[in-house]
Amino acid sequence: MNYKVDKSIDCTGLSCPLPSVKTTLALEQMEVGQVIEVLTDDPVSKRDLPVWAQSTGNELLGVEEEGKVIKIYLKKAE
Amino acid sequence: MTEQGKNKGSVTIVLFSGDMDKAIATFVIATAAASMGMQVTIFFTFWGLNVIKKEGGLIKGRNWMQKMLNIMNYGHAKKLAISKMNMFGMGPAMLKTMMSHKKVPSLQEFISMATALGVKFYPCEMSMTVMGLKKEDFIDECEEVIGAVSYLSIAKETTINLFI
Repeated sequence: MNYKVDKSIDCTGLSCPLPSVKTTLALEQMEVGQVIEVLTDDPVSKRDLPVWAQSTGNELLGVEEEGKVIKIYLKKAE
Repeated sequence: MTEQGKNKGSVTIVLFSGDMDKAIATFVIATAAASMGMQVTIFFTFWGLNVIKKEGGLIKGRNWMQKMLNIMNYGHAKKLAISKMNMFGMGPAMLKTMMSHKKVPSLQEFISMATALGVKFYPCEMSMTVMGLKKEDFIDECEEVIGAVSYLSIAKETTINLFI
């Protein structure tokens, strides 16, 4: 699937809670409706980031896996 | 409390311990909760005050007992013991190396991330009086000094409360 990505952050090699913290800090700089791509190789984040999205109200567009790298797409909500 | 705090919940943590491992656990929970949009407050009390002390200034306090306590209890975010296997400082050094290999932030990095996420730090007034510490002895990220009543007035409104 292809999304129009406005910003991409590389969280590979980082463990809990950094991917969600870095995503939060990156989203603060973005506009509502913009899409962020989060790259991670942490299996826990694959589970945690969708939970994070549900809890913060940001929309989870999709999760893709390319080898070890997991790509998570999120759309900023209000 | 703001509307945001009500919807997404909030966390208060009492950090009583001055051990590095327990402080890191505190900041992992605090930053994760703040990233979820929760309001987070950390109340630093007793040994936990070491986590937010500024570097330097070995001799603090008014009388000889306070001075001796502060010399023996010298510490700040970069210099804390761990609760197990401290081994005269070898334990913390090894733990820091292992953490940096795994790209886990150091305590100072956690403190600045928490500040960026709006986590609030409050030093405990009573412990400061006992130990002879002043507001200036703490890092600038700290909010005003508060007492148990103010802490409880925040804690009773929150959904999660931890004592570490």
